Amino acid sequence: MKYVDEFRDPKLIRQAAEEIRRLARPGRHYRIMEVCGGHTHAIYRFGLEGLLPDNLELIHGPGCPVCVLPMGRTDDGLALAELPEVIFTAFGDVMRVPGTKGSPLEHKARGAAIRMVYSPLDALKLAEAHPDRHVVFFAIGFETTAPSTALTLLRARELGIRNFSVFCNHVTIIPAIRAILDSPGMRLDAFVGPGHVSTVIGCRPYEFIAQDYGKPIVVSGFEPLDILQSLVMILRQLAAGRAEVENQYARVVPWEGNLPALRALEEVFELRPYFEWRGLGFISQSALKLRDAFAEWDSERRYTVPGIRVTDPKAAQCGEVLKGVLKPPQCKLFGRECTPERPVGALMVSSEGACAAYYHYVHRAAAAASLER
Amino acid sequence: MRTVVEQAAATAGGRVRFRDARIEMAHGAGGKASRRLIEGLIVPLLRGQGGDGSQAGKLAEPLADAAYLDVDGTRLAMTADSFVVRPLRFPGGSIGELAVNGTVNDLAVSAARPLALLLTLVIEEGLATETLEAEVRAIAEAARRAGVEVVGGDTKVVEHGKADGMYITTAGVGRVDPRARCAASEVRAGDQVLVSGPIGDHGITILLARGEIELEAELRSDTRSVYPLVAGLLAAARDGVRWMRDPTRGGVATALNELARDSRLGIVLREEQIPVREPVRGACELLGLDPLHIANEGQFLAVVAPAQAAAALAAVRSVPGGEAAVIIGEVRAEPARTVLAAASYGGTRVVDMLVGDPLPRIC
Repeated sequence: MKYVDEFRDPKLIRQAAEEIRRLARPGRHYRIMEVCGGHTHAIYRFGLEGLLPDNLELIHGPGCPVCVLPMGRTDDGLALAELPEVIFTAFGDVMRVPGTKGSPLEHKARGAAIRMVYSPLDALKLAEAHPDRHVVFFAIGFETTAPSTALTLLRARELGIRNFSVFCNHVTIIPAIRAILDSPGMRLDAFVGPGHVSTVIGCRPYEFIAQDYGKPIVVSGFEPLDILQSLVMILRQLAAGRAEVENQYARVVPWEGNLPALRALEEVFELRPYFEWRGLGFISQSALKLRDAFAEWDSERRYTVPGIRVTDPKAAQCGEVLKGVLKPPQCKLFGRECTPERPVGALMVSSEGACAAYYHYVHRAAAAASLER
Repeated sequence: MRTVVEQAAATAGGRVRFRDARIEMAHGAGGKASRRLIEGLIVPLLRGQGGDGSQAGKLAEPLADAAYLDVDGTRLAMTADSFVVRPLRFPGGSIGELAVNGTVNDLAVSAARPLALLLTLVIEEGLATETLEAEVRAIAEAARRAGVEVVGGDTKVVEHGKADGMYITTAGVGRVDPRARCAASEVRAGDQVLVSGPIGDHGITILLARGEIELEAELRSDTRSVYPLVAGLLAAARDGVRWMRDPTRGGVATALNELARDSRLGIVLREEQIPVREPVRGACELLGLDPLHIANEGQFLAVVAPAQAAAALAAVRSVPGGEAAVIIGEVRAEPARTVLAAASYGGTRVVDMLVGDPLPRIC
């Protein structure tokens, strides 16, 4: 597969891993956060942790949209799904996320009109096809998916489709990174920067990490070689005492970002004064809501959503895992009450969630002996 | 603290209890939820039948592809399968072909020569006769190609809106090769895992044929009878064939996890050896799916003793349609009850069963 196989070349991967082992100074412990859930997933899917030296620790960051969404927002969305006129639509990622009364899939099994869509435009098409119903799109994601929601809203307005609205849960990555940098006890050395988000926002917004906090950040692709090369770049910066924003994923990420996408975001959305994140609490100006010009298409203004804050199940330690304080298996519920099949917390749901990634892909030391020929 | 794998193994070894309040789509998707439904609810209730325990043996491996019946010294294999697919026709096949090949393949991987099928049609009111006729023709043609006769059946019509056009159930009976000894309990460390060809074609073809994702690919369902391939394999390595399965719903990952669980052994796959066509790989990459979880309708997995592995592979490759067969991994004592995929650069991952329906990852 073009643009993929080149980045999975076993020989180059082994070389990169060797270079990492060479650069990691014995006696020093490296804590590097991969911000994006896509990276967490790739690290486990490709078994990369096993290639790294013991003194290089990867901390899983908050870049998993369904993981950071507090349960109350899922409940609010599902309250809309129970309205008789509503068809509730969401990405596949959301379908197994637990709410207080079960996941969207469980609500569907009980008869709620819930459809999985691959794009918000599909939800808009559904609204066109069902003029007697109201289609709610449960929007979720960072700057990666927010532009497609914005373009869908622009299209809805252009076509005058009024039986469609967006329940907006889009969040922005920069305030979350800042919150992590400001949280006490977070001793991070560097960041593997998000790849997909950066295709939209570019690399400039990360400059404060290097300039104000003195930490290197390397925006990375998602193939094994991308991630290992990013770690090499980080270790080289640390060895040289540099702290810079570097772009390993330049084949996809333009330094200035995607200007048309940014313009669409600007036209449709504005920042919420604050928004609650699982594990990180309330973060100011960290989420998007629809501008007044799009009030008609805003589910939160068309309907009264309960807006109740719900705490996570008591024993679940999703917050600690999200902040990198605990490793997934250190949570009391991990692998027992909480499994990908019957998730208690959202981190076990999304394949980008640290817990699901651990559960699916983590291997025992005894299993590490690979087939060597 | 126990590792994930140990915890999973401990759960797998114990009794499965079905505690779900309602049936969801995942219970039919062939993965963990399906297993819980069958082993936690259906089998325990059926096991009680008769009261003398005489039925228990036949249900001993509830997730095997067919049940065995010994009748006057002849071992027969019996199986039934229902087919629910939307759209009814798709590149490379249709529901009628699937209904024949699916049941034929369940018999084939039970080391049985398919003899006869029963056919039940549940037809939705309003279905065009033309569509029905096309499917019956497809059934006849597939049966002819598979060398099996449809000897009886039943027809029902349900109200409009109650069945996606039509559902088909086929039941099949076959004669088991008396020299074959295929069971999870026969599998040993060192055995080789063979797959008959590229995986994931059927599942991805159906996903794309639904038209819900705007992706196009040159791809066809792999639906076919695998009996000729199995017959070739058995002829070449009869007592060396330890286990066979057709990896339909839940894919190769689920079938091999069931083997790992039932045999209490580990399976290590060589990631780069697993045959996956480019369009399937591409679609899986885009949608965040694992080809190992995608359904197949014309491939089978076999576990073969190491001494006969080369002959077995050559035999399958010599049958038309088996040219792409390949050894994808081997059975190990450790890690018990676990399937791993190892990449040649040294990375290793656990390959889990499918959980629920495969849901595309977007955000």
